[in-house]
Amino acid sequence: MVVWLKRGLGLALLLLALWGMDTAATNYLEPTYYTLLVNIGRFVILAVSLNLINGITGQFSLGHMAFFALGGYAAAVVTKMVGHRLFGPVPSVSEGIPAFWYAWFAGSLLFGGLVAAVVGLAVGLPTLRLRGDYLAIVTLGMGEIVNIVIQNQEWIGGALGFADLPLFVRPGTGIFWIYLVAVATVLAIRNITQTTHGRALMAIREDEVAAQAMGVNVVRYKVLAFMVGAFFAGIAGGLYAHQQGIITPRDASFVRSIEIVVMVALGGSGSITGSILAAAILTALPEFLREAVGRLPYEQQEGARQLIEQLQMVIYALLLIVLMLVRPQGLLGARELSLRNLLRRRKPRSAPEPSG
Amino acid sequence: MPGSAHHLLEFVQHLINGLYLGGTYALIALGYTMVYGVLRLINFAHGDVVMVGAYVALFAAAGLHAPAPAPWYQTLLIFLLAMAACALLGMLIERVAYRPLRQAPRLAALITAIGVSVLLENGGQLPWVFGSQPRSVPELVPRVNILPTAWGLSVTPIELVTIGVTLALMVALQMLVQRTRIGKAMRACSMDREAAYLMGIPVNRVILVTFALGSALAAAAGMLIAVKTGQAHAFMGLMLGLKAFVAAVVGGIGSIPGAMVGGFSLGMIEEMVAGYGFSSWRDAIAFVLLILILLVRPTGIMGRAVPEKV
Repeated sequence: MVVWLKRGLGLALLLLALWGMDTAATNYLEPTYYTLLVNIGRFVILAVSLNLINGITGQFSLGHMAFFALGGYAAAVVTKMVGHRLFGPVPSVSEGIPAFWYAWFAGSLLFGGLVAAVVGLAVGLPTLRLRGDYLAIVTLGMGEIVNIVIQNQEWIGGALGFADLPLFVRPGTGIFWIYLVAVATVLAIRNITQTTHGRALMAIREDEVAAQAMGVNVVRYKVLAFMVGAFFAGIAGGLYAHQQGIITPRDASFVRSIEIVVMVALGGSGSITGSILAAAILTALPEFLREAVGRLPYEQQEGARQLIEQLQMVIYALLLIVLMLVRPQGLLGARELSLRNLLRRRKPRSAPEPSG
Repeated sequence: MPGSAHHLLEFVQHLINGLYLGGTYALIALGYTMVYGVLRLINFAHGDVVMVGAYVALFAAAGLHAPAPAPWYQTLLIFLLAMAACALLGMLIERVAYRPLRQAPRLAALITAIGVSVLLENGGQLPWVFGSQPRSVPELVPRVNILPTAWGLSVTPIELVTIGVTLALMVALQMLVQRTRIGKAMRACSMDREAAYLMGIPVNRVILVTFALGSALAAAAGMLIAVKTGQAHAFMGLMLGLKAFVAAVVGGIGSIPGAMVGGFSLGMIEEMVAGYGFSSWRDAIAFVLLILILLVRPTGIMGRAVPEKV
């Protein structure tokens, strides 16, 4: 009884805090920074959910954005096609969206997540029985398959993308939704790691054969982790589609997935706070660079902006290579940033760092 | 023309196209399978070596002022230059990016390989490297139909050259691996690297040679494809490399004859499926095939099941 009271109170406080944050950001932040905060939230969801697959379970998925796109398309179908037919067009944020639309939107996000999870099951079940590196190729291929399948579906916009979607994630509501999901993702995945299920996942990462010998159902747990990761990526896709008003098949491509892989690798495979940190840094950095370009003389701006676009992936690639050569466990390794750990740092550490 | 004859002609045309396509996949797949054999590493950057090969050929042709079509000795020279340059590139990649990680977990090496691939693609499209626009490649070998138009079939010299060169290189590679000392060393390394090392085989040198050979074959494929399609661009290796990897898995990764069988099978299947009504699905076919083969026979056509060592 007391536990539920505490949880209810916590949830109420969280909702209040998010609402306050959103109101403050809508009123006092420039739109660019509002969008940056929303983008950071999205990449936090993506990086933390990929971390469950790549970091905590030690598998290697290169198709996270395929789940993102699938979730985005599924949610968009629910709001734009089904919702439109049932309730008529969605009013814009400035006109005020009735509450039932937000409930419908939440439902569409869940549906998007479920679609992504089911596809994750269908792809994961045959592949996760095999050695790790096959998963990399199959998930990569899955991204391309999703890309091509969607390109051939004219009823959801084909190659040009599914456009004119209702905008739920805009100043006034965007931060609330994104960070609600981000907090839910982080809590869910943190809680998973602290249960027997999470221990089983980490055991698989450390040594699959040994885990199996200890009675862990390796395939089942790997598929489970894959599905949970896909679920949250799908929800992130739904949020993105209703932030941009468009989602395109290219969002599924493996080139985009690499960005998320870099975030997880940089933050430290297995460290949730590491993923959050890396997602925030890698999202904010290009934005601040673009900001700096704005101060250049006007004639140089266009060239500098192009250079940043072109150099971004080169820098990501170099970062990835150097990181693997110098510090393969990432910035934080498998450790977590927390107040308790920071305070405890004064004492000499005795526990060896887990390898992996 | 009666309908059935027309259908037959169409089929023969797809057969020829499939043979050409399969040859290029097989050439690239060989590099994947050889590296996987000795290192158990998916060399993601291999497809991008194909791209570099195409560009080296392009620059060499420009530097030699090669006319189009070029005399055979010039074409051969450009071809050898591209192969040599990529052999060096392959060795460089191995030495700088992969060797320091040889004792690291396999995932770290795989991530590095992806990093090298992304680096070559995005570095290649920088304005002062290859540029982001596709470059046109001179017609070193003619790409015009040599059959009478009335036949309704199209066979071009570049396709014949590609198929011929592919077969010749495969025979040469097979001889090298089966008949020479270094080939024997490569086979030993792919059976058991530790044991090979203990037997006094210079493992590092063998791995370098493996990368050089694979990359040279990739360059050959890159040049042939670029001459056939008439253009080169920084991302051309991405899809080619992925498909060739699928070909290697279909044939049985780690097996050299498997890569050839897999390459020709994938080329044929892709051409037939795309040719008979699914042309907009062309790039998805390989991946569907990959998932199917992993479901039915994960070791591939010619691969042997290797028990996991603990």
